[in-house]
Amino acid sequence: MTTTYVLDNPEQGRITYTDKKRYLWMSSLFMPLFPLLGVALYFVYDSQWMLILPLLFSYLAIPVLDYAFGSDENNPPEEIVPQLEQDTYYRLLTWFTVPMHFIVLIAIAWFVGTQSLTFWSVIVLAITAGSYSGLGINTAHELGHKKPQFERFLAKMVLAVPAYGHFCIEHNRGHHRDVATPDDPASSRMGESIYKFMLREIPGATKRGWAVEKERLARLGKSQWSFQNDILQSYALSAVLQGGLILAFGWIMIPFLAIHNFWAWYQLTSANYIEHYGLLREKEANGRYERCQPHHSWNANYVFSNILLFHLERHSDHHANPTRRYQSLRNFDGIPELPNGYYGMYLLAYVPWLWYKVMDKRVLALPHINGDLSKVNIDPAKRDEIYAKYGNSPHVVLAT
Amino acid sequence: MGTYRCPGCDYTYDEKQGDVHEGYPPGTAFESLPEDFVCPDCAVRSKEDFEPVCDTRP
Repeated sequence: MTTTYVLDNPEQGRITYTDKKRYLWMSSLFMPLFPLLGVALYFVYDSQWMLILPLLFSYLAIPVLDYAFGSDENNPPEEIVPQLEQDTYYRLLTWFTVPMHFIVLIAIAWFVGTQSLTFWSVIVLAITAGSYSGLGINTAHELGHKKPQFERFLAKMVLAVPAYGHFCIEHNRGHHRDVATPDDPASSRMGESIYKFMLREIPGATKRGWAVEKERLARLGKSQWSFQNDILQSYALSAVLQGGLILAFGWIMIPFLAIHNFWAWYQLTSANYIEHYGLLREKEANGRYERCQPHHSWNANYVFSNILLFHLERHSDHHANPTRRYQSLRNFDGIPELPNGYYGMYLLAYVPWLWYKVMDKRVLALPHINGDLSKVNIDPAKRDEIYAKYGNSPHVVLAT
Repeated sequence: MGTYRCPGCDYTYDEKQGDVHEGYPPGTAFESLPEDFVCPDCAVRSKEDFEPVCDTRP
């Protein structure tokens, strides 16, 4: 069964588009089985070694599958986008993904709280649950950008799972405003390792999100501690959820949830790190930054990981049209392109010297930069070192 | 009282209704919004980008 969208355009004639990924998007509903797979296999084989399988798959198999399945040729014509946006099928999938995140955390917490496990197994399970809750932040990202209040409400709910309730406010009103500028704690700089970035991004984003919400509440004449504070509402649900797990399953939940939360946040840190590395919007004569352009985001147009991430990797179009729904995001030629999907690039980012080796030359080779370091967002602490290494003349030979 | 639209995402600011969630009560003129006002929906466009919408109602 296929759904073909048709539009009779007065200039271009009949435009048709069939979304070949239409049913693949349903995988978001089956993804919860994945973190639970290790638990199921543990019961089948009675071996704690089984618990590591989901993590091995995430970090080793996904990059290989991105390479194997390759680039995504599906690209909806711009004229068809309004029809795709109206199709409720796609939005139902994001809505139904929300409860899955609660179910998976509770199920894994139950397993940790009721089985006799080694210390290492608990850590592996916390990271596995945290990875899936990191995907929950991605679901919140998709929902939180949408205009209907109901979807923003769902975003606030799902953010309670990894206790990151400030994300949507900080991301929509902070990151999208300041992206690819030195002012943005969620845009990484050339020469900045992911570990240094994390220490700037996690507190910086929390602070900015809170400041934006405090300002809104001040306009309403309310205190920042008012319960109309959208961030506090999400945190309150986190307290109920995670407090409930501690009450139900005991002290083991404290390290388990701490690692889980951290790992979920770190997934977001990883995505932020690779999405804008080194990219810089120019300052205009009036002192304001130019509007965010397609060349201010790194993209990865791979079928496999894009299905897992609601097209997050088509990032340039997302920044140009933040309220656009995932099924409508488009790929373009000539925009910054990563050499693998996000999961493969996360691994690379975790080894900073290797990341610099692969990425710095790609930053400098971008047509709008062409070796000019004044057009790169550079870590101030590494400025001298980077200038000494790469000079400041257009010396990079562009690929033709 | 007029209406202004974000050219990027079609968010509209109707001066009659204001934007209560954002803390701009009904009747708040577009001109009196803060200078650093950005589109509450997409944050890509700022106040100066907003376009007045012609009121075609009879």
